[in-house]
Amino acid sequence: MNLAAAKTGLRFGQAVAHATALVPGLLLHDLDAEGDNAALQRLALWAQRLYSPTVAADPPDGLVIDATGCAHLFGGEEKMLIDLRRRLAKAGYAATVAIADSWGGAHALARYSRRSLFVVPPGGLGVQLKDLPVAALRLPPETVQALAKPGFDTIGELEATAKGPLVHRFGLQPVRRLDQAHGREREPIEPVFSPETPRAAKIFAEPIGAPETIARYLTELTVELCATLEALTLGAKTIDAWFYRVDHRVEGARISLSTPARDARRLAKLLCEKLEKVDPGFGVDKMVLAAPRAAPLAYSQDDVLGGRRVADLSGLIDTLRVRLGAEAVYRLASAESDIPERSVRKAPAAETPAAFSWPVDWPRPTRFFPRPEPIETVALLPDQPPASFTWRGVRRRVRRADGPERVFGEWWKADAELARSRDYFQVEDEGGERYWIYRDGDGEDAATGSQRWFMAGVFG
Amino acid sequence: MEQGRSVSMSLTPSPAALDALRRKVRALETQDRVTRAVLPFGVPPLDARLPGGGLAMGALHEVAGGADEALYGATAARFAAGVLARAQGEVLWCRRQADLFAPSLAQAGLPPERVIFADAGDEAGVLAAMEEGLRWPGLAGVIGEVGKLSMTASRRLQLAAEKSGQIAIAVRRWRRIADAADLGQPTAAETRWRVSPLPSSPLPPSVPGVGRPRWFLELLRCKAGDAFDIELEACDAKGHLRLPAPLAHRPVGPYAGQGRAVA
Repeated sequence: MNLAAAKTGLRFGQAVAHATALVPGLLLHDLDAEGDNAALQRLALWAQRLYSPTVAADPPDGLVIDATGCAHLFGGEEKMLIDLRRRLAKAGYAATVAIADSWGGAHALARYSRRSLFVVPPGGLGVQLKDLPVAALRLPPETVQALAKPGFDTIGELEATAKGPLVHRFGLQPVRRLDQAHGREREPIEPVFSPETPRAAKIFAEPIGAPETIARYLTELTVELCATLEALTLGAKTIDAWFYRVDHRVEGARISLSTPARDARRLAKLLCEKLEKVDPGFGVDKMVLAAPRAAPLAYSQDDVLGGRRVADLSGLIDTLRVRLGAEAVYRLASAESDIPERSVRKAPAAETPAAFSWPVDWPRPTRFFPRPEPIETVALLPDQPPASFTWRGVRRRVRRADGPERVFGEWWKADAELARSRDYFQVEDEGGERYWIYRDGDGEDAATGSQRWFMAGVFG
Repeated sequence: MEQGRSVSMSLTPSPAALDALRRKVRALETQDRVTRAVLPFGVPPLDARLPGGGLAMGALHEVAGGADEALYGATAARFAAGVLARAQGEVLWCRRQADLFAPSLAQAGLPPERVIFADAGDEAGVLAAMEEGLRWPGLAGVIGEVGKLSMTASRRLQLAAEKSGQIAIAVRRWRRIADAADLGQPTAAETRWRVSPLPSSPLPPSVPGVGRPRWFLELLRCKAGDAFDIELEACDAKGHLRLPAPLAHRPVGPYAGQGRAVA
């Protein structure tokens, strides 16, 4: 049913005869349940790549995303939902989205709240669910009809009733769905795996809980996954491990690799390092290992002519990334800027930065203070270095000095930098310590800066 | 008269026997090492006094700065960069404080494509990252900035370096000057250096500016070698140290018996 049809007042679940009677000339298509489902699965895979590792199709018409700990990547929950809706609209889907404490709650609000974007603050779910129809609880139509007969129309009415008689009369399902919607009962989201995703799974007759045992089976699964990858002539770029606990919770762990890899020993080691963050609870009865991102291995040829062989350090980089965090391992490459603090940028450790372009002849200190410290100076002339300066309570006489190196503000980045300039000096005190100091401004014109002096770094 | 018996023996064994014993001990000490190669500094008075004629590869070395430099570790970092600039391969630099300025490393001979940085949250993390790096063949060496370096930690690093043949350098750096006394504590490092800045090389009287920086380099401790100190010009863009010009053509102090380290 498209937007035009919805505007004429047609509803889901209407009889075809009724609909054609209401809207003459209605264009009818047979329901393609399989096609819809497949499209939904594809959509789930797409969302998985963008938003969260735990995404599942919520048939017949929805997606569910476990956004725990993901929203900050988009600058907040609301921004994440706006982004999601915008991307879906671009792909031709009109969507209503809601984020709440539970799958059931978000499901109900997205479909029945009449708001296209709904952010429920943590703990505020009960109030919002109260007035929604019982059908929002993901119950089969027969149950909804059965509940309507004694007069249960809204979730609030159902919630206010004693649960015992409810179970007695309508079975366990309505109460269970009610609990799930209010977040009283946890509901695991089984993530999608595309059929071509290489994976390996193991189900345990008896739940396992000892870290050593989990590590052992994880290693076994890694070997299996690597065999699959080898058959596909691929290497993994990302590996997700899922641990299905006996209490229906799902724990996940993910490793990302700088280059595609399928060395089982190395991957198992990386995965096992992640295990300390996985809580097995009362035991794990199923483990799944999948490689959602895989790519052909990069082959390198030995230089037979005796040239220097570049060592493969991707293994080291991955190990350090897993241990210290992905942000903590990097290279420092040059950036196009004369302003010292902007002339360095972080580059991924696995890539080789382009040839460097820092000035070779200008003095640069070994230690550079991220926050320049103000110093007191005795300076004679605007173009001369100070005769002495006091830094961290110690007065130092300048014996020799080099400079100024004048650096101008980058007016194309901010208007405020238009007139600004700094003068850098290398100064040496009587003991031979060499410092990099600068004056904010050119020493004459107040528009160029505050004319105060700062300590920028220490030379080696 | 059993009690009155005295034992007398010669206390001057033949030099040949002693030499043989020394060789045997050295072989035992270094048998599980990949390489016993050294990286010479290219400064004869310096190399001559180091066992093997240079800085041992496959070993841990300590470098600290003198006086205020114990806080900044600028000279120590530049010295370490200069050493590894002359070795082949990439360098892993483990640290806690991200205040190293990459352009100056490039000026000491370590351009961006040769350095991988690893930021650890604490000193234990720095040591663990160093050890991990030392296990990987293909790196030129690992530099780690640490304050405390226990015997156990240094022993682990030394063993890892021996296995892979890399140079491990611990740049010792403290938060307070008072903590710098920690440098006196024993570690398993092969050598221990202290680098202090000296007034730069003089320029002609009419020329303003700062000359080439100079260092006062002290070898405080050296396995199978003697401590000494020397005045040098700081490393250049290729990582080479140099003797100050007035000293270049005469030896600094008595260093007769070059290359004859006592084991």
